[in-house]
Amino acid sequence: MKGLRKYLDKIKPNFMPGGKYSKLQSVFEGFESFLFTPNTTSASGVSIHDSNDSKRTMTVVIVSLIPCLLFGMYNIGYQHYLAIGQAASAGFWEMFAYGLLALLPTIVVSYVVGLGIEFIGAQIRHHEIQEGFLVTGLLIPLICPINTPLWMIAVATAFSVIFVKEIFGGTGMNIFNVALMTRAFLFFAYPAKMSGDAAFVATEPILGLGAGNLVDAYSGATPLGQVATATTSNFELTNIVGEPISALDAFIGLIPGSVGETSTLCILIGALILLFTGTASWKVMLSVFVGGLFMGFIANSFPSPTYPASSLSPIEQVCLGGFAFAAVFMATDPVTGARTELGKYIYGFLIGVIAILIRVYNSGYPEGAMLAVLLMNAFAPLIDHFVVQANINRRLKRAKANNKL
Amino acid sequence: MLSKISKEALLGPLSRNNPVLVQILGICSCLAVTAKLEPAIVMGISVTAITAFSNLIISLIRNTIPNNIRIIVQLVVVAALVIIVDQVLKAYNYEMSKALSVFIGLIITNCILMGRLEAFALSNKPWPSFLDGIGNGIGYAIVLIVVAFFRELLGSGTLLGFQIIPQAFYDMGYSNNGLMILPPMALVTVGCIIWWHRSRNKDLQEQ
Repeated sequence: MKGLRKYLDKIKPNFMPGGKYSKLQSVFEGFESFLFTPNTTSASGVSIHDSNDSKRTMTVVIVSLIPCLLFGMYNIGYQHYLAIGQAASAGFWEMFAYGLLALLPTIVVSYVVGLGIEFIGAQIRHHEIQEGFLVTGLLIPLICPINTPLWMIAVATAFSVIFVKEIFGGTGMNIFNVALMTRAFLFFAYPAKMSGDAAFVATEPILGLGAGNLVDAYSGATPLGQVATATTSNFELTNIVGEPISALDAFIGLIPGSVGETSTLCILIGALILLFTGTASWKVMLSVFVGGLFMGFIANSFPSPTYPASSLSPIEQVCLGGFAFAAVFMATDPVTGARTELGKYIYGFLIGVIAILIRVYNSGYPEGAMLAVLLMNAFAPLIDHFVVQANINRRLKRAKANNKL
Repeated sequence: MLSKISKEALLGPLSRNNPVLVQILGICSCLAVTAKLEPAIVMGISVTAITAFSNLIISLIRNTIPNNIRIIVQLVVVAALVIIVDQVLKAYNYEMSKALSVFIGLIITNCILMGRLEAFALSNKPWPSFLDGIGNGIGYAIVLIVVAFFRELLGSGTLLGFQIIPQAFYDMGYSNNGLMILPPMALVTVGCIIWWHRSRNKDLQEQ
């Protein structure tokens, strides 16, 4: 540790204004404050800082994503070995190693592209490098299908970091969730690669691991994909080799889907970490689920063969697809969400309702959670405005009544 | 050859006073007709012709128009020219007329036209007015063509209908960007052009 400190102090003058690498000052500062807590203090006046700064907040979110990440890796391997008919003979570590190898390139690409743009942006504008991309870079691989080509991830990440974040002023200024915008860009730009049967299960062997032929009954459709293409209202959800899915499988997450969103169990563990540390708002999380269950209940009360998803029970609605993941990790984003306390309930509830509404009644989109969160991101400032305005009016009224006395 | 006012009327709208990039007019049609390059070019030519001749006609009769019905007179002139362009397109390029559908008719409501008639043709002589119409039309057409170039190239892999991106790219896993065909990316593209334009012309930047 001391050696590292000494080394940093030795090279520091190079990066200060006038030094050899003065253009890279913010890169140096970024690394320095990542490695050591800055010990400089304010020279004038009194400053009080909460110890819970944005670096710590981001770290907590990363920790809460780890269960989803690890399970996602295992599930990639599990689905693969199921598809080639070797699920019984392959061991736990074999499956996990396969998933790790399949997912790692996506994580690397997402971080390299996103952080690269952040670094360049910070140099151009002489800003400090901010830690905002730390979470986004991990969310992107978790919400994309495993078979998304890497160059598409790179293009989409670059697009959303530049046009959703940097243009609005960088970390903390974006109006839309950056990770979800990446997903939305992919969804609308390359629909063939982002939905359908070929997107969600890795079928190719990686580095000689997991070689084998697909079994005859194989179909890569996700549960929601099956629902969307069902023609009758009494269908049975099956896994990729045609066996029925139990509610327990769907809850634990041994079903095909985007990497991080299949396991409601792991998302719940992540939610507990977020709530226990006070990082995310329980009001948003709770009201998203209430909204989803409410709309799921209404849809289920009027099942119709035209809209096959209406025959799913409310519990199935919130367990399947990206709903739970969006509720816990996307809706609770403090930057893009509503900030007033009453606003949080309204914001969350509407996300839940709209997500199920899109999923059930718009056959073009098998999953609505992404679009619901993005739509409500746009409306969050409006909700806040009305909540604040209502409060002002209430207090004005009270002041008037008091003045009359 | 050209007097100072004529020169400014013709060249100003190409960049410094561009109707789309600086005055932010005519954005609707910019979103609607730029998914492919060919309709954008036809639209650009149509708007240029209509702006130029409506400017000329209004400028010729500017001293006889009663002030309180001038908008109606302007609309009659513009509408007549739009119908002529529409009929010519229907007669000689029916496919394009189908592709542009209502947007030729909607040139009547294009803000650039009314803006130039009100701001320039009503108070200037016919020749500068005609040049002003040409300049604004071309300024509009340039932006349309640049936007359409990127949208067609990235969205369909073609330009004017010819395949530009080789098949080998598709075999290697490249796909066309479907989002470029959708209207939101026209806005983003126009935004990028405005970004580039303002960074070149520092005095246009707002504080």
